[in-house]
Amino acid sequence: MKIVYFASLRRQLGIAEEVVAPPPDIETVRQLLAWLGDRSQTHLQALAGQSRLMVAINQDYAGLESRVAAGDEIAFFPPVTGG
Amino acid sequence: MAEGSVRLWVGSEDFDPGAELDRLAAGDQTIGALASFIGLVRGAADHVTAMTLEHYPGMTEKQIASLIATARQKWRLDRVTVLHRVGRLLPGDRIVFVGVAARHRGDALAACEFLIDWLKTRAPFWKLEEGPDGEHWVAARNEDEEKARLWEKR
Repeated sequence: MKIVYFASLRRQLGIAEEVVAPPPDIETVRQLLAWLGDRSQTHLQALAGQSRLMVAINQDYAGLESRVAAGDEIAFFPPVTGG
Repeated sequence: MAEGSVRLWVGSEDFDPGAELDRLAAGDQTIGALASFIGLVRGAADHVTAMTLEHYPGMTEKQIASLIATARQKWRLDRVTVLHRVGRLLPGDRIVFVGVAARHRGDALAACEFLIDWLKTRAPFWKLEEGPDGEHWVAARNEDEEKARLWEKR
């Protein structure tokens, strides 16, 4: 599973992407976030510190209860500000 | 609207609005209306000295293509162009171009406004501003989200 980060979140974490292999009982975005936070204090602070964390699965917007699977590309980012 | 009538581009180079408008109407005399929106980097009053735009390659194009498909369902459109720049830009620089060609102005104007309103809240771009106090990430504005949501009621 590939996880990508953008904007302020990428800067806070110091990485743009990482490949992770969460255990099979991690089935939702919410569980994945908790798992990432348990593994690293930096992740916990950066992810929990977002007032409105956005998530995309395979480049489509998703929610905290959306299902995640091994081959997915999961993106976390702050609210978008283009245009 | 045929497949080839959508032009979608994300990159660092500037674009030529006049040439883009000409292109939207070229060779199709059934087109009676062109509507466009151009977004610029706002400088002086906001004390911004530069702005760097980043995006999520792939998702950006996917989301904008999806917005264009939605606009095509809502209005009768002939051609749509959406161009968005990324990288470091200076006050006055063009950021975004949305152009819509249709038979009639009502469709062109409404679709153009719809596209820029939704692009602002759905396309994964982020702005990092530089000013006298250093760098800061532009915060999403609630008004933008509310403005986009209004389209769901129309």
